[in-house]
Amino acid sequence: MKLLPLLLLALAGPALADSAQPPAPYAYRQLEDARQEARARALMEELRCLVCQGQSIADSDAELAGDMRHLVRTRIKAGESPSQVRDWLVQRYGSWVSYAPVLGPETLLLYAAPLLLLLGGGLLAARRLQRRRG
Amino acid sequence: MIAEIGLAALSLAAALALLQFAVSLAGGRLGEVRALVVPVAVAQGALTLFAFAMLIWLFLRTDLSVRLVAANSHSLKPWFYKVAGTWGNHEGSMLLWVTVLAVAGAALALFERRLPDKALQATLGAQAALALGFFAFLLLASNPFARLYPVPPEGQGLNPLLQDPGLAFHPPTLYLGYVGLSVAFSLAVGALVTRDVGPALARAMRPWVLGAWVLLTIGITAGSYWAYYELGWGGWWFWDPVENASLMPWLAATALLHSINVLAARGGLRAWTIMLAVVAFSMSMVGTFLVRSGILTSVHSFAVDPERGTFILALLTIYIGGALALFAWRVGSVREGARFDLVSREGALVANNLILSVILGTVFVGTLYPLFVEAATGDKISVGPPYFNAVTGPLTLALALLLFLGPLLNWRRDDRPNLRRIALPLLVSMLVFAGSFLFGAMSPLARLGLAVAAGLTVASIMPLVGRNLRRTPLASWGMVISHLGVAVAIAGAASDTAFTRETLAAARPGETLTVGPWTVRFNGVDPVAGPNWTAVEGHLTATRGGTALRLDPQSRTFSDPPTETNEAAIDTVWDGQLYTVLGRQEPGGRWQLRLWWKPMVTLLWLGGALIALGGLLALIGRVLRDRRQRMRAREAFA
Repeated sequence: MKLLPLLLLALAGPALADSAQPPAPYAYRQLEDARQEARARALMEELRCLVCQGQSIADSDAELAGDMRHLVRTRIKAGESPSQVRDWLVQRYGSWVSYAPVLGPETLLLYAAPLLLLLGGGLLAARRLQRRRG
Repeated sequence: MIAEIGLAALSLAAALALLQFAVSLAGGRLGEVRALVVPVAVAQGALTLFAFAMLIWLFLRTDLSVRLVAANSHSLKPWFYKVAGTWGNHEGSMLLWVTVLAVAGAALALFERRLPDKALQATLGAQAALALGFFAFLLLASNPFARLYPVPPEGQGLNPLLQDPGLAFHPPTLYLGYVGLSVAFSLAVGALVTRDVGPALARAMRPWVLGAWVLLTIGITAGSYWAYYELGWGGWWFWDPVENASLMPWLAATALLHSINVLAARGGLRAWTIMLAVVAFSMSMVGTFLVRSGILTSVHSFAVDPERGTFILALLTIYIGGALALFAWRVGSVREGARFDLVSREGALVANNLILSVILGTVFVGTLYPLFVEAATGDKISVGPPYFNAVTGPLTLALALLLFLGPLLNWRRDDRPNLRRIALPLLVSMLVFAGSFLFGAMSPLARLGLAVAAGLTVASIMPLVGRNLRRTPLASWGMVISHLGVAVAIAGAASDTAFTRETLAAARPGETLTVGPWTVRFNGVDPVAGPNWTAVEGHLTATRGGTALRLDPQSRTFSDPPTETNEAAIDTVWDGQLYTVLGRQEPGGRWQLRLWWKPMVTLLWLGGALIALGGLLALIGRVLRDRRQRMRAREAFA
C-alpha cells in the first residue's frame, strides 16, 4: 500500500532524477560512535523526506534525503542534541519536516483526541452497562 | 471498437443499477420485485465484469489510442505487468472498485437466503444506490475508455517500482476487502429501513464481514511485505496516509466481526453493530477516494482536479451522511439487546470494541489533521510515526492483554471467571519481561511487546484446553489461530524494534563488513540485463558459524520512465532475515552497501497470515454450519 502513492508519482515523471554531485559523506555512512548513531537514527526516522511521498529521510533514496541525513549526522556528531537539530530543521523548512508535531494551540486537539475518544467511549459503554443492570 | 464496447457495457450496467434502485424503492408485490431485482443485479455484475475484461484486453494489446493505456503502459513491458498495469492507475483502479461492488451485489442477490424478502429488497436497493454513484463517477469524471488523438508512437510506461508481482495481487485483494464491506453497509441500511435488527441480520452479515476482513488482512500483510522488500530500507510500516486508508476499514471490520458475534449469539449490541457496519464501509470509501483524489498530500492538490475532487466529496457526503441520518432517525426503534454483566464475554467484547474504536478514531484524526490545520491556518504540519506509535502501541498491548481473559469468559455473566487459566500466561509474560533486561537497552514498548506476545502465545491456546478437540467447532479454531497470530505478529514487530542491527558502509570488492552476528564479504559486481531494465548486481557472501549465504542485491535502471530502483537481496534463516542492498558507486571505486540483520522479523507477516487463516477457518465453519442447519430445517419440513 506504500506503493500506491507512487502510482501518482508515475504520472509526475522522473522526479527522482539525480544530479551528478557525489553524495554527502554521511548520507550513506554511519557515525563511528554507536550511541550517537542511534540518536541520529531515531531522529532521522522522525523527519520527513521533503521530496518523497510519505517517507522519512531514514528510508529514502532521494538525494535531498541523503543530504539531510548527512546534516543530521554531522550535527549530532558535533554534540548537538536531537531536539536542537530538529528545531533547527523546523526553523529552516517549517513544521512540515517533522513527523512529530509540536504541541501547541494548533495541535492541542490532535494530542487530546485519543484521550477524549477513550473517555467518551468509556463513559458511553459504562452508562449502557449500568442501565442494563438497573 | 473494444474501448467503445467496454464503455457501452459500463453505461448499460449503470442504467441497470438505476433500474434496480427504482424498483427497490417503488416496492410493489414482493415476489415480483424479487424476481425482477435479482436478475437485474446479476446482469449488472456481469456487464461490469465484462467492461473490466475489455480494459484488460486493451492493456494487453497496448492499444495506444486509449488515453489511459498510452499514459500508463508500454509495448515492451512483460505481458504480466501489462495486465496488472490495468489497475495500476486512477481510472483502472476505480473500474476495478466498481466491478467488485457490482459483482458483490450480484452474489448477494443470488446467494442470500436467510433474509426476509422485504429486507433483501431494501438491501439490494441500497447496494444499487451505492453502485449508481460510482458508475456516475466513472462515466462522468474518470472514463477509463477515453480515446487519445493523435495516437502516440509509444506509451509512457509504468512506474518501475510497480513492476512487481505485488501489483498484480495487492490492489485487487484490498479492493475485494474494501468493497466486501459494502454488503455489510447495505445490509445495515436495509435493516434500518425495515426496522428489523436481530440475530438473523447478524448471521446474514457475518460471512461477508469475515470474508472482507480476511482479504483486508491478507492485503495489508502482503502490502507491508511488498513495501519492506521493494523500498530497500528495511521498514515495513510508515503510517503513510495510503497505509492508514487500508488500516482504518480493517480496524472497523475487526470491531464489527466481534460485535456481530454478540448480536448473532446473544442478540446484544444491536444499534452498535449497525453503526459499525456503516462506519466500516464509510472508512473504505473515505480511504479509497480521499487518497485517490490526492487531497491527503495537500489541500492544494485537490484543486488540480476540482471536478473529480468535488464529485468524490459529494458522493461521500450523500452516502455516509445519508446512512448516518437514517441511523439517527431509526435508532430509537431498534430494540435494546439482551442484558449482560460487566464481567462476561459480552463485556470483554465491548472493551475490545472500545479500544479498537479509539485506535480507529486516532488514526482517522491523525491522518486528516494536517488537512484541517492547513485549511484553517495555512500552516503545513506532518503527523507521522512518532504520534501514531505513541498512541496505538500501548492501546494494542492493552487489547492483547484483554485477549488473555476475554475468550475464557462465559456469555451474559461470569461470577467466577477461571483466573487459574490466565495465571500461566501472565507468568510467562513476567518471565520474558524480566529476561529481556539481559538483552540490554531497548524501548519500553518493545520490551512490553515481547512480554505480552509471549504470554498471549500461551493464552490464545487456553480456550482449547480441556475441550474435545474433534468436536470443537471450526469457528473456535479460527478464533484461537487468529489470536495466536496477533501474538506472533506483535512478537515480530517488537523483535524488529528491539534487536535489528544496521550497517551502512562503502566497500571495495574483497572487503568484509559485519552486521550483528554475520560477517559479510563483498565479492564484487556484475552487469545484468532484464526485459526493460539493466542492473548492476552485487555479490555478497554472509557467514555465521557454519552457515554461509549468497546474496545478490541489484541496483536497477529502467528506461521508460527513467528510474533507478534497488532490488534488495533478502535471505530468511530460522531466526530472522538478512537484508542487503547495493547502492551507488562512490568516487574512488567503493560501492555503497546497506546491511540489516533483523532477528525474528518474519514473525510479523507470519502473524498476519495466521490472523487471516483463522478468519478463513471461521468463515468456512460458519458457512458449513449454516448450510447444515438449513438442510435440517428443510428435512424437518418434509
